[in-house]
Amino acid sequence: MNKQLAEQLRKRSKAAWLERIGKIVSFSALALITLTVFAIIIFVASKGLATFFDNHVNFWNFLTGKNWNPTITDKSGQPEVGALPMITGSFVVTLLSALLATPFAIGTAIFMTEISPRRGARILQPVTELLVGIPSVVYGFIGLTVVVPVIRTIFGGSGFGILAGTFVLFVMILPTVTSMSVDALKTVPRYYREAALALGATRWQTIYKVILRAATPGLLTAIVFGMARAFGEALAVQMVIGNAALMPSSLVSPSSTLTSVLTTGIGNTVMGSLDNNALWSLALVLLVMSLIFNLIVRLIGRKGAMHK
Amino acid sequence: MKKRWLAGLLVVILIVLGVVGYQNRQVTKADMSITAVGSTALQPLVEAAGEDYSGTQLGSFINVQGGGSGTGLSQVQEGAVEIGNSDVYAEEQKGINAAKLVDHKVAVVGITPIVNKENGIKNLTTKQLIAIFTGKVTNWRQVGGHNQKIVIINRAQGSGTRATFEKWALNGHQSEPAQEQDSSGMVRQIVGTTPGAISYVGFSYVNKTVQAVNINNVAPTDKNVETNKWPVWSYEHMYTQKNANQLTRRFIKYVQSSKIQHTLVRQLGYISMDQMDVTRTVQGHVRKVEGSHE
Repeated sequence: MNKQLAEQLRKRSKAAWLERIGKIVSFSALALITLTVFAIIIFVASKGLATFFDNHVNFWNFLTGKNWNPTITDKSGQPEVGALPMITGSFVVTLLSALLATPFAIGTAIFMTEISPRRGARILQPVTELLVGIPSVVYGFIGLTVVVPVIRTIFGGSGFGILAGTFVLFVMILPTVTSMSVDALKTVPRYYREAALALGATRWQTIYKVILRAATPGLLTAIVFGMARAFGEALAVQMVIGNAALMPSSLVSPSSTLTSVLTTGIGNTVMGSLDNNALWSLALVLLVMSLIFNLIVRLIGRKGAMHK
Repeated sequence: MKKRWLAGLLVVILIVLGVVGYQNRQVTKADMSITAVGSTALQPLVEAAGEDYSGTQLGSFINVQGGGSGTGLSQVQEGAVEIGNSDVYAEEQKGINAAKLVDHKVAVVGITPIVNKENGIKNLTTKQLIAIFTGKVTNWRQVGGHNQKIVIINRAQGSGTRATFEKWALNGHQSEPAQEQDSSGMVRQIVGTTPGAISYVGFSYVNKTVQAVNINNVAPTDKNVETNKWPVWSYEHMYTQKNANQLTRRFIKYVQSSKIQHTLVRQLGYISMDQMDVTRTVQGHVRKVEGSHE
């Protein structure tokens, strides 16, 4: 009897086996994802850096040059691969759309959490979730058939440009920023509100002086996430921004973003040629920027973690 | 109980799928399936011809993908696909060693300038076209149209349509930087709705929403392309490696056969090879075809 028990105890139980299998499965999933991320980074970096090492393009000229025409070489024999118009375009649409979306998103979030949680949950929640689910090509098409003509009749020109891109991106990032702001506001502890009300603060004073202040790191994270999405969005922006590799002279002049030049150009170039490598360099800029956005989010999260 | 029932259903589905997949495995055997990648202008023709071919030759499968002429040429050069579709000669594409590839011309496409209908323009001279696309003329009034600012819309850099247009309509002049779109359908849509717009598309894309423009009083018609009176046209190429496999060779022969050339090619808005009275080399030398039908 004792012997049998000892044997049973020494052998791995069924639960232990399951535990081990579970560990292996989740660990290999993790390893696979990590590997994929690194493979992507290495691939894009090696392709993108080839422009500078194999084709000997000056890195500074790449960042500050204003002429994008990889098939042509300029007077000094250097290919024209100035990415400044695209970099500017990407940053301007991103910042403007975030600037436009933030007040709306935070306002909606306050309504949903502080003012009317029940109605917010019943109506606004599904609506914002619906906005997330709409494919970007639909946004782009609406932008092309509605936003662009409206801008054309009001401001003149062709209607394509940063302004149209801003409007489309505004609608696209609004749900992301809203739902993350809601989460941020919900993490503000209930006793903050109770204490403020007990001190005689009105609802507006509570929201403005206590809740928004306490939730600032979370709200900033929401905005940065929205910006990251705007920065990486390709299709919808490409349809309305005009794709002219020109420095934007106004908000309604055709311009381009990193993503729009990438999607229009990549199919027409040959792997390994300078034109192709230059596009990969743009992709590298995009990748680095999204990594920076992620870093900012982490930094905000660490600095502003709520101390309870 | 319900869970077990679901699990059972899943297993049954998996088994059924497995059996079906096993029975169909021959279709996708290596030499029974080829892939053609590249030009989106040529894609509809290759797709339709591929379907026809698979219908007559059971078990062979032609897989057609877009991606652009550059992609097509580089993929076939690397041997990743059997056929690379291209709007331009391989010699004209950077980074391609044309000597390693075999050119099969399967159709001709005419390209015409199009403008917004309210510009009041029906004819332009080559000189005017060049002035417009190089930015020397910025208002339609200067070339006989209404008082309307000119909005240039280009295809993406490296697009075959753009290369052909710049070479034959602009006499090799590069267009100044302007808006770029990566498909002909998008170009037509924008030209149709933007006052003052000008661009260029293949003949088959012209419809009543836009105005096709005569160049030097020559109308953009198939007839004028056939005699080279309208010089803005290009061949559609299907490139293969030198030692292409049997199915690839047969399929290209099928596309070039008079059956396809007289039906699909014309229905889809291309000009068939045997309609052409002239041939043109990569250097641009035009020669009359011996014994052409005129």
